[in-house]
Amino acid sequence: MELVEAIILSVLAASTPLLIAATGELVTERSGVLNLGVEGMMIMGAACGLGGTWLTGSIIVGALCGMIAGMLLSLIFATMTLGLAVNQVATGLALTIFGIGLSGLIGAGFVGERIATAPHLHLPSPTDVPFGGRILFGQDGFVYLSLALIVAVRWFLYRTRAGLVLRACGDNHVSAHALGYPVLRIRLLATMFGGACAGLAGAYLPLAYTPFFIPGMTAGRGWIALALVVFASWLPGRLVIGAYLFGAVSILQLHAQGAGIGIPSQFMSALPYLATVIVLVALSRARSGGSTTPASLGTVFVPDR
Amino acid sequence: MSETTPGGSPPDAKPLLQTIGLTKRYGTFLANDGIDTEIWPRQIHALLGENGAGKSTLVKLIYGLLQPSAGEMRWEGHVMVLAGPAQARARGIGMVFQHFSLFDNLTVAENVALGLDGKESFKDISARLREVSRLYGLPLDPKREVWQLSVGERQRIEIVRALMQNPRFLILDEPTSVLTPQEADQLFAVLERLKAEGRAILYISHKLDEVKRLCDTATILRTGRKVATCSPKAETAGSLARMMVGTEIKEIRAATRAARMPRLVVNHLDLVPDDPHGVRLDDVSLELKGGEILGMAGVAGNGQDELFAALSGERLVEQSNAIVIEGIAAGALSITARRRLGAAFVPEERLGHGTAPRMKLSDNTLLTGHAAPGMVRHGFVDTQRVLAAVDRITESFDVRKARRDPEAASLSGGNLQKFVVGREILQNPGVLVVSQPTWGVDAGAATVIRQALLDLAAGGTAVLVISQDLDELIEITDRIAVMFHGRLSASLKTADATREQLGLLMGGSHPGQEDTAHAARA
Repeated sequence: MELVEAIILSVLAASTPLLIAATGELVTERSGVLNLGVEGMMIMGAACGLGGTWLTGSIIVGALCGMIAGMLLSLIFATMTLGLAVNQVATGLALTIFGIGLSGLIGAGFVGERIATAPHLHLPSPTDVPFGGRILFGQDGFVYLSLALIVAVRWFLYRTRAGLVLRACGDNHVSAHALGYPVLRIRLLATMFGGACAGLAGAYLPLAYTPFFIPGMTAGRGWIALALVVFASWLPGRLVIGAYLFGAVSILQLHAQGAGIGIPSQFMSALPYLATVIVLVALSRARSGGSTTPASLGTVFVPDR
Repeated sequence: MSETTPGGSPPDAKPLLQTIGLTKRYGTFLANDGIDTEIWPRQIHALLGENGAGKSTLVKLIYGLLQPSAGEMRWEGHVMVLAGPAQARARGIGMVFQHFSLFDNLTVAENVALGLDGKESFKDISARLREVSRLYGLPLDPKREVWQLSVGERQRIEIVRALMQNPRFLILDEPTSVLTPQEADQLFAVLERLKAEGRAILYISHKLDEVKRLCDTATILRTGRKVATCSPKAETAGSLARMMVGTEIKEIRAATRAARMPRLVVNHLDLVPDDPHGVRLDDVSLELKGGEILGMAGVAGNGQDELFAALSGERLVEQSNAIVIEGIAAGALSITARRRLGAAFVPEERLGHGTAPRMKLSDNTLLTGHAAPGMVRHGFVDTQRVLAAVDRITESFDVRKARRDPEAASLSGGNLQKFVVGREILQNPGVLVVSQPTWGVDAGAATVIRQALLDLAAGGTAVLVISQDLDELIEITDRIAVMFHGRLSASLKTADATREQLGLLMGGSHPGQEDTAHAARA
């Protein structure tokens, strides 16, 4: 029982940064912008997040620093792709490389510095319920925030007029423009939201997961977040399934390796990717016809005047 | 009502909208050159012109999508400057686009909501959508997603969306091109009613008969300039066409044709659609001899797309002998194999289906022509021959373009249509299946395309024309069959068929069953 609880706790911790980053990217892509710079924005968020907390001692300041860092990076991306109509794929890749390099520079001052990680919720009686108490009521604030975020995003996309307009821009920017919607401005805001989320997801790593910064500590999580968005067919509900499934299988295979199962460890390490892809593809197949891919995704829009 | 001013407005009234010297310049090219018009309430005003005459530009200026380079617009006598369509809509200007401004992955109700500026709740919009669509006889299911709908249904969304804005001035760009005669009549009734309610309507159409019947005034554009304002009721279709084109339009001449062997046969074709919302083909049979033109009428979304896919090989059929091309069972053959048998296909959608938009015309020619000998030798593309083929198409069908070999997407709709049809016709196919050959094409170009189809049939080709334009079918076909809910009616001899009969078949009723069956034998 103890072990199961420990596993679930570590699954939640491993899945949260993926969920936050992927939520932001989902909104960005729904507006028609493909920002491949998630990894770069995350690592910048990690460096600046740790820096903020190390200097002030406040987790919240750290998290805000991470968000701002991610957002600033996404603004560079937006200037290039929306303002100057540069290719989105190339710009996104460049952004990742840039972010990894810059984060090394910024983080150089704090490498090896430890901070106190984000406190976990503790409600005297519910949290101490033997099994399940810690899982439901004993998480750090980021976990609750990430779930609130995806619920809010889902509500925004499908229940509000602004969300409808955002989806419309991603589906057909020519029509959206013809109806008089400011396509580029909407995309700018969506891209900035994506950047802030990626920065926050990056900041989660030093602030709540491992209490220090090392260069390259995001270890490809940004790419996984990007892949999750695609395999989740741009649907928020499925994104939650994908992120937790990925986190769960990565933790479980570690435990399985530790228990000495006679399967090559390389195969075990590949399992999370394999399992997530299979499940999400199966879910996509089950949907009858039609595509949820934003039709304008990744295409440059220049309004004619 | 006074008769002294157009539309019977009192003499002291101002026009609802006035354009004065309205000009739109792109570099040195004048898309609109000093256009003066007046739009009056209680009037249906036609805007006529060939493809590229500047109709779309003018309408975009009025709708706030483009800013004029010179000149001004006056709304009820006051200067009007529009920063965007929302401002146009706020004044009561509504627009039905020709190239629909719809979102494929959104539902009908969401699409409508995007065109409304108010703070109406989504539930209210759905309710009002049902209300308006019922009121005007334009049935729509608010919950369906647009990608599942036919062209005709998509247009209904556009029209209903515009009507829901309760516009004082409604612009319609080619609204009847995809409607049955009965549906068009219904639309005309709607327009007459809107006119009686005091609204102004700007009506863009290529169908001169329609304009004559419906419109009170016409502004005629040619190469960006206004060439005339007239009362269409006082003109003939010929004189209107002359003003549009500047020259006389040739009459189509039907060649005498001898019936030959059946070249395309469909035997009891049943087909369940891949798309759950598609139409199921139910026991479709037809026989088409060489030298014959068969027309397939029907409202969009009654199985024409599915049949086209089955004929072209985009969708394979299990019983191979359900489709026979040149005596060979072709139901299970690939598109290329069917082309090798001498068949050619022109799909409805020009961009994306008929051509790859971002590829050059030469590449697009190769894409359907590679199966025929000549363009590819030993696996290598013979660029000169492909370019020569492009030149031949360009010349024969008067495709207007800026360069010798531009991207397909850079051509205007009408010119691209001429290219797509010409590309297949010049391969001299034994069987040609063509869907909506003249959709969105101006009168002059439509004549060229129809004449080419007739000439092709005269040379012994079997031609199947799928069209929603009954006038077109009556003009060029020998027989007409009607598609309804996936079933194909027996064919009627075009000479004997009446529009009423065809219209009823398009609506699913069977007028004079025995007569129809009898006619089919003939």
